[in-house]
Amino acid sequence: MKYRWGKYVALLAAALLLMIGSGCSDMTVLDPKGPVGESQRDLIVFSIIMMLFIVAVVMVALTYILVKFRERPDRGDKDYDPDHEGNTKLEIIWTVVPLIIVTALSVPTVITIFQLEEPPESSSDKEPLVVHATAADWKWFFSYPEQDIETVNYLHIPTDRAIEFRLSSADSMASLWIPALGGQKYNMAGMETKLYLQADEAGTYQGRNSNFTGTGFAEQTFDVHAEPAEEFESWVEETQQNAPELTQSEYDKLLAPGLLEEMEFSSTHLEYVDHGEMDGSDYLIERHQEAFEELPHLEGGRGVGDE
Amino acid sequence: MSAESDLTTGPLEYRSHEDRMTILGFWIFLGAEIALFSTLFATYAVMFGRTAKAPSPAELFELPMVLIMTFLLLTSSFTCGIAIHEMRRGSLKGLLTWLAVTLLLGLGFLGFEIYEFVHYAHEGATLPSSAFWSSFFVLTGTHGLHVLLGISWASLLIVQLRRRGLTQVTSRKMFVVGLYWHFLDVIWIFIFTSVYLIGMVV
Amino acid sequence: MLDFLLNEFLVTGDPLIYGAMVSMVLVSIAIVYVLTYFKKWGYLWREWLTTVDHKKIGIMYIIAAIAMLFRGGVDALLMRTQLTLPGMEFLNSQHYNEIFTTHGTIMIIFMAMPFLIGLMNFVVPLQIGARDVAFPFLNAVSFWSFAIGALLFNLSFVIGGSPDAGWTNYAPMAGPNLNPGPNINYYLIGLQISGIGTLATGINFLATILKMRAPGMTLMRMPIFTWSSLITSLIITFAFPILTVALALMTIDRIFGSQFFTLTGDGMPMMWANLFWLWGHPEVYIVILPAFGIFSEVISTFARKQLFGYKAMVWSMVIIAGLSFVVWVHHFFTMGAGAGVNSFFSITTMLISVPTGVKIFNWLGTMYKGKIRFDTPMLWALGFIPCFVLGGVTGVMLAMAAADYQYHNTYFLVAHFHNVLIAGTVFGCFAGLTFWYPKMFGHKMNETLGKISFWFFLIGFNVCFLPMYFLGFAGMPRRTYSIEPEWMPLNVVSSVGAVLMAVGFAVFVYNIYYSFRYSPRETQGDAWDGRALEWATTTPVPFYNFATVPKVEGPEAYWLMKQKGKTTYDKNNLEPIHMPSDSGVPFIMMAFMFVAGFGLVWEWMIVAIAGLIGVLACMFIRSFDYDHGFHVSVEEIKETEEKARREEK
Ligand code: HEM
Ligand SMILES: [Cu+2]
Ligand SMILES: [Cu+2]
Repeated sequence: MKYRWGKYVALLAAALLLMIGSGCSDMTVLDPKGPVGESQRDLIVFSIIMMLFIVAVVMVALTYILVKFRERPDRGDKDYDPDHEGNTKLEIIWTVVPLIIVTALSVPTVITIFQLEEPPESSSDKEPLVVHATAADWKWFFSYPEQDIETVNYLHIPTDRAIEFRLSSADSMASLWIPALGGQKYNMAGMETKLYLQADEAGTYQGRNSNFTGTGFAEQTFDVHAEPAEEFESWVEETQQNAPELTQSEYDKLLAPGLLEEMEFSSTHLEYVDHGEMDGSDYLIERHQEAFEELPHLEGGRGVGDE
Repeated sequence: MSAESDLTTGPLEYRSHEDRMTILGFWIFLGAEIALFSTLFATYAVMFGRTAKAPSPAELFELPMVLIMTFLLLTSSFTCGIAIHEMRRGSLKGLLTWLAVTLLLGLGFLGFEIYEFVHYAHEGATLPSSAFWSSFFVLTGTHGLHVLLGISWASLLIVQLRRRGLTQVTSRKMFVVGLYWHFLDVIWIFIFTSVYLIGMVV
Repeated sequence: MLDFLLNEFLVTGDPLIYGAMVSMVLVSIAIVYVLTYFKKWGYLWREWLTTVDHKKIGIMYIIAAIAMLFRGGVDALLMRTQLTLPGMEFLNSQHYNEIFTTHGTIMIIFMAMPFLIGLMNFVVPLQIGARDVAFPFLNAVSFWSFAIGALLFNLSFVIGGSPDAGWTNYAPMAGPNLNPGPNINYYLIGLQISGIGTLATGINFLATILKMRAPGMTLMRMPIFTWSSLITSLIITFAFPILTVALALMTIDRIFGSQFFTLTGDGMPMMWANLFWLWGHPEVYIVILPAFGIFSEVISTFARKQLFGYKAMVWSMVIIAGLSFVVWVHHFFTMGAGAGVNSFFSITTMLISVPTGVKIFNWLGTMYKGKIRFDTPMLWALGFIPCFVLGGVTGVMLAMAAADYQYHNTYFLVAHFHNVLIAGTVFGCFAGLTFWYPKMFGHKMNETLGKISFWFFLIGFNVCFLPMYFLGFAGMPRRTYSIEPEWMPLNVVSSVGAVLMAVGFAVFVYNIYYSFRYSPRETQGDAWDGRALEWATTTPVPFYNFATVPKVEGPEAYWLMKQKGKTTYDKNNLEPIHMPSDSGVPFIMMAFMFVAGFGLVWEWMIVAIAGLIGVLACMFIRSFDYDHGFHVSVEEIKETEEKARREEK
């Protein structure tokens, strides 16, 4: 028995090392590029340490007990106590210690939960940039109301400034997630949720819908271009000047279930409908109900393959 | 099969262990029914106000009709109690009479409920009208279906009682139906207050 | 007509599905042929389809659950294949979606629960010294409703198309606007039918355990598996009505046009998520508490010691049951309910880990100062402890809402719930089955094969699921059929693990056959030097379980009886035993229910109504049925017992 366990532990350890070695550089969540992701990373690392401690205690105790109290020919009834049925002191310890651990985890958790509902402190000198992120099967519309521009399936944001995402959906419940910047929140039809994120480092990050929405779900991704404020401003100006207007009939067409290329417009769909309000929740259904009667055949889009 | 012994005195329906167990089982079932109706009430509460383009409850609910329905059901609960009392006295005839009265009152309640639904439909409030009306019709409709089920079940019992008279088994079945009937009454009280009264005021 | 058949009714155009159709037809023909050839139709009807015996019903549950484990396992392997070769379009996105949906639903509803309910059925009446459950007829109804629900759900694969909205079936994606057609109806109706049966089981076992215990068995003397069954039944009784309502509301949305979870008419899709998880979280405890009970029995038997901290074990289960109803929001912290709400549910969720931890330490305490044997059931229990602890601590990590925003919908979550569900529930089922196997079938399962299957399964399990935590950190979302290149290596590792698990399962099933052929037969009832009353009867267990009902004088009733040399056969104290009669009504009633369900799935109202009338007619017949069962005569008892006990001494 002893050898088998030993072998198993060694194997596990080897597998773990292999995994960590091969995967570490890509572990986006543990290597965030903004303050929101950082506070979540800190919480995660803290909890991992606490949890490893618990796992270690159980593993050591289990191994010790299995080795010491296994039946062996030479042992006889030594240390065998069939009527041993409890130990109040021990039982209190292993109730109270976990309670303390839970408390130790709860305090930073609650603090962080409240923090994340506000724009990050580090950029409190600037107003957050408001971006409406609207999901529809299976693409993303990003409207910049102050700039009066809209993009499809990609996003430009300035660095060192909080982004206030106003999330909603035209149909299925989606979830906006940019792991390099921080955690996700749901997009729902007929209501608006708010998510604050911020990039401190310029770069291109992966964003996606992480909540299953059916056929085109895997392709419902987008790139986030985080760039210094000046660059962002010049991108805005360029878009305002060069991109076409988004007419209502064009927008209605884009809403049909399917995939879309990256696009940009010099006006936003918010003039026609805000899916984040209750009246907006049946806007898409009224126009495209019959498109859902058949299983969609998906084509085009910025699919995973062509990155 | 019994692990406890049978009794020779006390109410007929409680004498055998099997019967006591059935009655306990039925109480547990009522517990599950409470969970079921709580879920429906919660859904109704959440959907309250989500009337879309349909009329609001305050426009449609009418106190007199609801009062009549409440009166019918409450009275039927009372007569059901009398029926059980007659059963305990060993009077089959009394039991059958009062049970029949109970069922007639129940039928009256159902009649009014159907009339009410048809009336609302004429005014433009149907199951598909809006989330609110969906939850209204499903909550009250589920209760109504339960009443219908209770009536059918009790009718079967009337046949059995007439064939077999008051035995341990028939009196246990009768007792269980009685429990069920009172339970539906309690649910109605909640519907009356939290659906109709609040719906008329808000 | 033909057009409808080919285009809508039958699922066409996919070799996988043609293969499934052909094999289903072939298997059906083979079964019919074998039954006819060996003239077994009568046997099947008399001994199984009409039985109300809790032992046979338990065995049928377990057989069906193993079949479902196979189906769910095939689904899993198909998914792993797709994720290992994402470029090959082995499955397209629609197929992938259908397969993970049926995988999840089948594993939870049609595998884990029936497996455990099957063990409960077989064991609980024996453990409390009863001759059957409180309502044997109802018990048969429960079983057939599960079987019919499972059949209907599985039929979707070849007729009409499988549900494809995930086992959580979230609105509005699964609602009438975005997903019309029969597929989601299969989910709703299949779960509804089997769910009602589960609810009946909950009520039945509550009454059984509260009312049918042998004299002297107070609540605090009950075996711990019985305790876990009692608490599970309590959770079932209060959680399943919520599922019933949720499913009904969505069915009404889809078939009758109501607006509960729709995008139109001011409907509120979020309400589905709330109702689903109000049932769903208690549900995960429904499938873990009985497993806890099994591990407690197994560990104390093979450590040959009394259970450590019995009272704490009981109370921790009670607390877990209570808390399980106030944590549901942790499944959608990301819905934006506000910081206060998320904080509250974070804390309640983390609190669940405290009683869970207490149980872990009590199992360790049970082995402390024991004399531990490593038979297969014990191996499953020992494998469970470290793997489940890992699942528990990652559960706590998920419970920290602020961090969960990063884990939610990722492979980290997938790894968590497999760590608890496989290492907890599946290991528990295997432990329980190998432990009680001799009682059920009169022989043990082969130890060597058992150990081989255990090690394959355990190592495969860890190789399969540990990498998923890292995939979660790398940003891989769940339910995706295509993956980024940087996720490839870990996905390949994971698939290797899946294959190892499949080998473990195959060896387990082969072991059933092998042991049937070659294992030595049990000559007495007490295969493992057991401690609770199920070991006090003979093997095979007579249909009336106990010739004389034992008097219970303390916890671990049979342990005490052995010390005092008592048995459950007191020759001079026999009385005729009253037993319930078999009945074909449950089976027929649920066959009608199948017709009704099928009609509802296709929205053929005439068929649905016809089926429902059949169901009502069966209830009618039952109401007028005054058959009170029969009595087993003292002579017959004597004969049975003498025969069973002859070889013992
Ligand atoms: C220590 C106790 C546990 C804690 C603190 C815990 C916590 C959690 C949390 C917070 C989630 C939601 C994560 C998310 O969606 O982002 C979750 C998901 C889940 N847990 Fe646990 N859990 C525990 C034990 C269990 C057990 C014992 C089971 C089942 C046997 C279980 C089964 C599941 C399942 C099936 C899901 C995911 C369902 C889905 O989204 O498809 N958990 N758990
Ligand atoms: Cu919402
Ligand atoms: Cu949960």
